[in-house]
Amino acid sequence: MSGHAMKKGNADAQETRIGVFICHCGSNIAGYLDCEAVTKYATTLPGVVYAKNNLYTCSEAGIGEIKSAIAEHKLNRVVVASCSPRTHMPLFKSACGEAGLNPYLFEMVNIRDQCSWVHMQEREEATGKAMDLVRMGVAKATFLEPQEDIESSLVRRAVVIGGGMAGLSAAEALGDMGMEVILVEREPRLGGLLRRINRIAPRGGSAAELIEERISRVQSRDNIKICLESEVTAVGGYIGNYEVTVRDRAGQESQETVGCIVVATGGVPLVPEGLFGYNGRNVITQIELEERLKSGPLDATRVVMIQCAGARSAERPYCSRICCLTAVKNAIYIKEQNPEADVHILYRDIQMYGAENERLLWESRGMGVRYDVYNVERPPVVKEDVVEFYQPLMGQVYDLPYDLVVLSTPVVAREDAPAISQLMRIPIDQNNFFLEAHAKLRPLDFATDGIFLCGSARYPATVGEARAQGLGAASRAGTVLFKDKLVTSALVAAINPETCVGCQGCLMVCPYGAIRFDTQRGVCEVNTILCKGCGNCASTCPSQSVVLKGFSPKQLLSQIRVMLS
Amino acid sequence: MDVGRHPNIRLLAYSEVEKVEGELGDFKVTVRKKARYVDESKCTGCGACAEKCPTAISDEYNLGLANAKAIYRYFAQGIPSTYTINTNFCRNFQAGKKCGVCAKVCQAGAIDYKQQDQVLEVEAGAVILATGYELFDARRIPEYGYGRLPNVVTALEFERFLSASGPTHGHVYRPTDLALKESLPELEKSRQKAFKALEKFEKQFEKTSDEFYPLYEAGELKGEDYEKWAEQVRAFRDLDGEVQARKEKVASLESAHRLAFIQCVGSRDIRFNRYCSGFCCMHAIKEAIIAREHDPQAQVYIIGMDIRAVGKGFEEYRNRGAKESHIEYVRSRVAEITEDKDHSPVIWYEDTKERVVKSLPVDLVILSTACEPSPATRILADIIGLEVNDFGFYATDPSQPLDTSRPGIFVCGCAQSPMDIPESVAQASSAAARAAQVLSGSGTLRLAS
Repeated sequence: MSGHAMKKGNADAQETRIGVFICHCGSNIAGYLDCEAVTKYATTLPGVVYAKNNLYTCSEAGIGEIKSAIAEHKLNRVVVASCSPRTHMPLFKSACGEAGLNPYLFEMVNIRDQCSWVHMQEREEATGKAMDLVRMGVAKATFLEPQEDIESSLVRRAVVIGGGMAGLSAAEALGDMGMEVILVEREPRLGGLLRRINRIAPRGGSAAELIEERISRVQSRDNIKICLESEVTAVGGYIGNYEVTVRDRAGQESQETVGCIVVATGGVPLVPEGLFGYNGRNVITQIELEERLKSGPLDATRVVMIQCAGARSAERPYCSRICCLTAVKNAIYIKEQNPEADVHILYRDIQMYGAENERLLWESRGMGVRYDVYNVERPPVVKEDVVEFYQPLMGQVYDLPYDLVVLSTPVVAREDAPAISQLMRIPIDQNNFFLEAHAKLRPLDFATDGIFLCGSARYPATVGEARAQGLGAASRAGTVLFKDKLVTSALVAAINPETCVGCQGCLMVCPYGAIRFDTQRGVCEVNTILCKGCGNCASTCPSQSVVLKGFSPKQLLSQIRVMLS
Repeated sequence: MDVGRHPNIRLLAYSEVEKVEGELGDFKVTVRKKARYVDESKCTGCGACAEKCPTAISDEYNLGLANAKAIYRYFAQGIPSTYTINTNFCRNFQAGKKCGVCAKVCQAGAIDYKQQDQVLEVEAGAVILATGYELFDARRIPEYGYGRLPNVVTALEFERFLSASGPTHGHVYRPTDLALKESLPELEKSRQKAFKALEKFEKQFEKTSDEFYPLYEAGELKGEDYEKWAEQVRAFRDLDGEVQARKEKVASLESAHRLAFIQCVGSRDIRFNRYCSGFCCMHAIKEAIIAREHDPQAQVYIIGMDIRAVGKGFEEYRNRGAKESHIEYVRSRVAEITEDKDHSPVIWYEDTKERVVKSLPVDLVILSTACEPSPATRILADIIGLEVNDFGFYATDPSQPLDTSRPGIFVCGCAQSPMDIPESVAQASSAAARAAQVLSGSGTLRLAS
């Protein structure tokens, strides 16, 4: 295969020697297009000295083949045509690196997600398109340049924002790992929402005792600095070197340099103004019930609880996860205190997920707590002394007399979540909960490196979940803070100060705040650590002064040219 | 892949823990690395051995829906990619048989029939258990007919049907239809055999069968040979008709359009597991949405007591399933599944909204089976001396959800309680944090340089 005539790739003295690997991805690609034909075609492309198809290029065997081909055929560019660069690019790049080839001389072509999967019924056309894509990848590879990863220092300290269960657990774990921690809490006391809770599900332990134990552990550590009645007012910098401004009660601002930030700002229970006759007296919320239960015996024997009060609605479409558990827990507590109490829970779906929670549901039924489904189109109506309730099972309307109606309202995002989101440049979702980097695989990370998330600021969480997530966020921060130095991708933007006219168009479109205007020189500059290589700036710049490494005009135009040829 | 390539992670696959001695900060773990009969350092994972292996066995990864070989790897992207010989089936390990094909074709010389188990001792400061779960055996609920009614499958089997690299390449065909399709070559072979037999007679008597048979019927040809021939003609005609009929039937087969998921199969059931398995409602919704993507004609029902869509974005996903994929959620506990003609399942349940017992005929039933503690969980609990809860999962306290009953030994994921992917991933990080927490106190863990 190496006997082909080769054209000079670029002006470099070194000849371009490209290796192309075509992946079958089992039948994901090979089932819908002709991989052998694509491989054969690749050998005819300028600069290609070797082409091979594999069943799974990402398998150990496939990686081994890339490595040995680099040595054997003296490859100085590698192109893999397979799946998504999002999942597999790092693997192939590091394989190149391990074989002694600069990893930035690697190019990936997606012939699965963008070809075989979308043309399952058109084998011939899909094969042709895969050839086009490979030709483009090879053209770009010809103009790739070696790059060096960017290295930066890091500070082994962390700021944890929020002193509830999640934040306390994160701070304690980081402290135990030997990191210096600054714990920032807005309230005068640590403990968060748990301070208002009576008992903890599923075992019924005291919330106060539980939180005091965590607080005392955090307080006993001399590497955890606790800032009460304080707020974070500004965040600058980047992973490894964040500059966090903390303002205390007196309005004094201090600056902390930290490597990582943990966001554990929690959530708040919705106050259901205007819903189900809420009045705060005999129609109250679960959190208000908790406070009453905490302060002494309940002066109500007929209790009706209504689930999803203000949740799973057009206004708030989400399920708040923990309210069913809260209702069942409190129902059990009331029955324990007074077995003759009549507790009736009206629900839509009773969300007692997992092993221990469902057990509570069984136990409460055994204790005589009554459960009834209500129809969302015909919800219960709270009247003067009865709850009028349509029972869909019987098809009848019942009047349930009550002393107390308890509304299970959702935990909602804090009012200042959008402000924090802006301050730290971290996203929030449609319900104003902070948005993690990946719903399944990176639940505690933000897309912004070095900032982590836990507890009800992410989504309503039980005590156990908040604790686990707090520990998990600490672990994620630990993966950064235990390092000697930080290494990031070299594929970032660069601005040529010679041609930059200082229009600041790039600065306006940068979503990462990575561009700064140098007033002295009248030009824009890129912070290469903050830059994520999205390319917004490069495509905006009217004077073509911004170049995104790995996506230079020369590289992209060569792709377009061969596509049209 | 990340784990397989991590410089600080030593992966001991196909291995079992036999003993855990010592205490927090100083554990000695005895691990049996089982013989694969393939040298891990030599095997390149090329698969030539499996290609040539003469012994086909049921493919465990595809839940028996496809075939594997006696030298196999569990699935293609597994780490490490080393092949393993299943000694229960390999001819070389079965008395009185000789084979050695894999050793002959292996270019790397990796096959080693004499390989022995290795017992290793691993020193560790902390231990994390992530022994996962197993799915409930749906055969234990006879009224749902799994194992008896061919078109009742489990949600995991259905996952393989939906997978582009699965046994049906992402098309949802009913097991009976698949079987019918697969039976065609065998039938054609019999027809061919019968045809050959006719040819023999035709040659012998220099007559075509079509010429012969009317004469025979008219009584013009008599004798033992003619009787045999006539019998053969009838046999052939029967087979030929059968082949044509089956061909037509196979050609007219469509993928399954009417699908029904039954929730809480083995969960929230006092006979088996009282607990809720947590992830099955979302799993069903996801499969329903994908099935509808594959087949715009699909009508999917999800029948359960509560739909527990409790994670972030889950309720919205469930609503999208109803709105865009036209999933019909039915609140009920299914009583029984019976069979109609053509093996179409019929679901019997009480519609709690309309208060009537109904029957729902569908093409395929999918059972959302419960999450149960894996056998490894119980075995390890015995070996290590750990408490398990009433359900058989490792016992933990809600205030220390990662800590088992023995200091320095942590648990995460479904070995602790049924949970979904994001929660498992978060817990895995948490367990790592707990290990780092307790170890840095004992001086076992140090910062890099």
